[in-house]
Amino acid sequence: MVEHGDIRVVHCGGSKINFRDPVITHDSRFLLCASGEAVKVFSTSTEECIHELRGHTGLVTGVLLRPSNHLQVYSSSLDGTLRLWDFTDGILIKVGQRFQLVAVHLPQSGDQMVEAQELSAVLSGVNPNPAAIAFGRGVRTCRHKDNKKGGWNTFTCVACHPKDDCIATGHEDGKIRLWRNFNHKKEYTYSTLHWHHSTVSSLCFTPEGTNLLSGGVESVLVQWRYNQESERDFLPRLGGAITHITVSPDGSLFCTSHSDNKITIIQSCVKVSAVIQGLVKGDSIRTDLMMDPRSKALVLNGKPGHLQFYSLQRDKLLYNLDIVQQEYIHESGLQQFEVVKAAFDASGSWLATVEERHQKAAELELNLKLWAFDEQTQSFVLNTTISAPHDAQITAMCFCQPTDSQTTLLVSTSKDGHFKAWQLAAPAHTEGPSWLCDFVSAYHGLVPECCSFSADGSLLAVVFQEVVTVWSPSTWELLTTLSQPPGAVSDLCFGRLSCSKYLLGTTASNLLCWNLLTCSLEWTTSMDVRRLVADPLSENMAAFCYQSGSTDLFVFKPSEPRPLFSHKAVCSGKVTQAVFAPREEMLESCEESSQWLNRSQLYFLTQQMVNNISTSAEEKQNENVAMTPFYLLLGKHRQQQQEHQDSDSSLWAERTLLQTPAHVLPSTSYLCSMFVQSLLISVSDAREEKAHAEEEMESEKEEEDSEEEMESSRSKPELAAAAATESDTPALTKAQARELRRVRKLDHSWLAGLLDS
Amino acid sequence: MASFKPTKIQVYPKLGEKVTQDTLYWKNYKAPVQIKEFGAVTSIDFSPVTPHNFAVTAFTRIHIYGPFSQEPVKSFTRFKDTAYCGRFRSDGQLLVAGCEDSVVRLFDVSGKVALRLFKGHTKAVHLTDFTSDRYQILTGSDDYTCRLWDIPNATELTTYTEHTDYIRCGVTSKLNRDLFITGSYDHTVKLFDARVEKSVITMDHGQPVESVLLYPSEGLLVSAGGRHVKVWDLLKGGQPLVSLKNHHKTVTSLALSSNGQRLLSASLDRHVKVYNTTNYKVVHNFDYAASILSLGLAPDDASIVVGMTNSILSIKHRKNQEDSKEIAGQQRRRPSYRVFVKGKNYVPKQDDYLVSKPVKEHLAKYDKQLQRFNVSKALDTALGTYIRFRKPEITVAVIKELDRRGTLKNALAGRDERGLSQLLNFIIGNLVDARFTPVLVTAAEMILDIYQSVIGQSPVVDRQLLRLQDLVKREIEFQKDLLEVLGMLDTMFASSLPRKEVPCSGIATLDWV
Repeated sequence: MVEHGDIRVVHCGGSKINFRDPVITHDSRFLLCASGEAVKVFSTSTEECIHELRGHTGLVTGVLLRPSNHLQVYSSSLDGTLRLWDFTDGILIKVGQRFQLVAVHLPQSGDQMVEAQELSAVLSGVNPNPAAIAFGRGVRTCRHKDNKKGGWNTFTCVACHPKDDCIATGHEDGKIRLWRNFNHKKEYTYSTLHWHHSTVSSLCFTPEGTNLLSGGVESVLVQWRYNQESERDFLPRLGGAITHITVSPDGSLFCTSHSDNKITIIQSCVKVSAVIQGLVKGDSIRTDLMMDPRSKALVLNGKPGHLQFYSLQRDKLLYNLDIVQQEYIHESGLQQFEVVKAAFDASGSWLATVEERHQKAAELELNLKLWAFDEQTQSFVLNTTISAPHDAQITAMCFCQPTDSQTTLLVSTSKDGHFKAWQLAAPAHTEGPSWLCDFVSAYHGLVPECCSFSADGSLLAVVFQEVVTVWSPSTWELLTTLSQPPGAVSDLCFGRLSCSKYLLGTTASNLLCWNLLTCSLEWTTSMDVRRLVADPLSENMAAFCYQSGSTDLFVFKPSEPRPLFSHKAVCSGKVTQAVFAPREEMLESCEESSQWLNRSQLYFLTQQMVNNISTSAEEKQNENVAMTPFYLLLGKHRQQQQEHQDSDSSLWAERTLLQTPAHVLPSTSYLCSMFVQSLLISVSDAREEKAHAEEEMESEKEEEDSEEEMESSRSKPELAAAAATESDTPALTKAQARELRRVRKLDHSWLAGLLDS
Repeated sequence: MASFKPTKIQVYPKLGEKVTQDTLYWKNYKAPVQIKEFGAVTSIDFSPVTPHNFAVTAFTRIHIYGPFSQEPVKSFTRFKDTAYCGRFRSDGQLLVAGCEDSVVRLFDVSGKVALRLFKGHTKAVHLTDFTSDRYQILTGSDDYTCRLWDIPNATELTTYTEHTDYIRCGVTSKLNRDLFITGSYDHTVKLFDARVEKSVITMDHGQPVESVLLYPSEGLLVSAGGRHVKVWDLLKGGQPLVSLKNHHKTVTSLALSSNGQRLLSASLDRHVKVYNTTNYKVVHNFDYAASILSLGLAPDDASIVVGMTNSILSIKHRKNQEDSKEIAGQQRRRPSYRVFVKGKNYVPKQDDYLVSKPVKEHLAKYDKQLQRFNVSKALDTALGTYIRFRKPEITVAVIKELDRRGTLKNALAGRDERGLSQLLNFIIGNLVDARFTPVLVTAAEMILDIYQSVIGQSPVVDRQLLRLQDLVKREIEFQKDLLEVLGMLDTMFASSLPRKEVPCSGIATLDWV
């Protein structure tokens, strides 16, 4: 058992950005949204992520602008802290210790600042069913639906008019009710607006109160005129179902967040101006994780009927490829076409996709589409559509791998018991080349589960439940069958490079390795392998095994009896999707344990986000700014400046003396001593001292800051262990307190590791 | 904001012949000019010099037609009996023809009376030709002999008696004055050399030879006889190259298209087939009204002339460039296209401020209705007369789209007798089309579900429902039969497959955990 301290799992993106409603800053230039354990700051004009406010250790549950300072923002998190940030510079200003916060809400009016501070501490459950909390004019009104109406029209969202005494509620039956005279008990009246055909999921008034915005599952933003409700504007086909609507404080921008992890920024003239798209994870990732060989982007199914290309380096969605090419009908309970399988060929010039729609009663609708890469438009263009390629669901699909061969071959296996080979046919006179079925075969009526081509494309292995059949793609001859009872083989891959004679398969309880030269089982080891991934650039394979609630990772070469690397409990839960991504430049790590990461990175997907396994050396690299042309320009300039400063910092005092205008200079007596000092004492000492002094000052300030936090922080559960000894001595000296805080700042992860192991 | 995605109309491959370059080329002829001759047209020969007149031998006459006139520019009528094989000399000045009365006549093209008479054959002469030095004539006759004649003296030079049956066809070499080829009913094709005064190559065709043809390079020889067309390699000593059997009756005539890329064969089965001479695949096919006896192709394929047994001469002229240009010109005169593209290719200058305007997209009527969720109206539009009969795939696509949206039931419901019978008519007409079956079966089931309560109220609808029932019953039976055949085929294929043994051996077990 080998443990490696320097290799660890890093979250590298893909977190939700539609979890809570985003916030637009006062100048409408930035948009802030909670994204996993961080708060992301986006530019509203360029859609780029400018800062990532990191520091929370739990899911961020709310983001809120500070009413007194419009350059600062509060964020609340499940780790029990409330943090204040300067979002323009991305600096953490203050940490407040609270109990678990689910959301923050603040009234917007400026005269209630004191109250606002107080309210932010209140745990406000926005779980709207059956209760919702509305803040109206500083009066906290809490209404239960039972007070008003029968059970069927529970309301899902509320919004208060900024000026009038009016509250709008959205209901499950698609109606919006406007309640007026709410402050006078039992005298309220209401009017009903109806356009949505299903649940209204979000409501928002514009700051002036002239318009009401509503959205729901239809993905249509409806703008109602306040007091002229018959007039409305629509903005249809925004994407996924609308989950939140927010309006910028000056009313010039709206933004809607959607269920497909997207934020749309809309100008007040009801025109889309920007789209911020995160990684879309539908109900299930039916297509496996893939790497686009051209763009090195991660590819998986995203929006219904689309395939998404996601850049792992930049944590940004590059583009969506529309596979189904049909109007999406926003209606719950409707069976839609879904992209279930996709495959790239080795050079990235062909993409095969399978879409299916399974209806009750009616038969399965299945389409196999083949897309050619178009150099001119730099995107995939539909080449061939094969409707009903098989009689039943397609279980696996793969392209012939070799890059040098001219013939491109695609093999698909289906639950109807057949596997088919598709080949690019010679171009006809008028049209270009298209794909045709080349070969169909079955094996004893068993259902093929997966298929794999060897690295050179000379062998095809197809798994029929417990039997692995090996075929020759050139003659379509069954060469041999391999079987190892008991259990059906669920995953299959060929070894690469020097290990190309090995064929690896997984069953529910075993990892099997066959030698294709002797046609016999070389070795087997008993583990529950959920996912087997082969590195395309080396012989290495990675196996994710599920064991007692968590997943272990083993990296091995098929030819060697011991694994190269193993990591227990990579994450909790099951890992079913993983992929090796080739690195842009090879890493030069000589350590044996991390050599397998030199050529490619291993990414895997958990419930929350995309994770990456990386070495410590690489992390340092990651911190560096990207080498953009702008950076090169600016960086050089800065470096020069720095050097400049270094060289004549001895003259710093003189310069201040000479260059500063005389009327702002301090008294000559003060300057004199400084001037003399600069001449006498060595430069480095002086700077050290100065730095030290600054440090002192900073820590003093921090002390003051955290003084008031102390009271609230007691309840933090994580600290309980550390603070246990101290808690019984209530009176602490200042020095002790400082020491304690220092201890607190230390990383406790080693302790956690100790406890776990 | 994404725009509305229109309903996807499935494109189905067109049944029938494929449109290829060849089809386009060979279809580019005008409607044929038909001329009634006095009897069956046995031979057509084009003059090698412009304006490429052609001599048509029919019954006791030879008519010479110009390239455009429908009336003969010249006719030779001084034959005692049926004339055969009128051929031009390579300078286009002289014409030779055989006759049933065994006399070979030589005409000046501008004159009327025969210049020379070659007497010596004892039976009908079916083959006449000039040698490449222009001074000699080759003739072949039903008396099993072929002879060479000297034109100036009108004397017989040599007689070849190697054939053992009628000689009906032959050709002289254009490159060598001493070589000529004859085909006979004794199933052989012989290549004669006048210098050694005997045949040097004999090729067995297998059937009575009706026509022979030399490639311009004279390395390959094509012979036609019976249903076969055979290609021989003369440079390899008469080795057979290809045997084509694309006609179902005797092939009577052969021609090469001017660039030598295509070979044409005419047959009694009333077809002219065009072969690609690189792979000898049929690339095009012409149909005619009667059995074809002779075929001629003008230089540059300017016209195809076919003579038939019903004494009709059919001439197809090639459409020339000007005609097609004229049609294009008419189209260009319409203003609509120019109006629509106006300003489309305008490139904005650097400091121009661009005001983007949403592009107006054109949607079909049913798409517009679908966009507004007017499902019943969309279905009505798709069931309109033109779409229903001419483009059933659109109707089916709309039904499929409605089904996908989960609103097909709403769209089908609430129809009166006329609407319902229209719908049922469409379903009955297209249900058994394999491309539409899955969609229409769903729709038919829904119709039955919706309207089962009103069955029996309208005799029209009832009749249609019964027809539908019959149709489905018949189709099921067909499918059953087909499955049986498939099963039989499977057993036959399975029994012919070889069996294989699979090796198996020991295992090593590792333990990592």
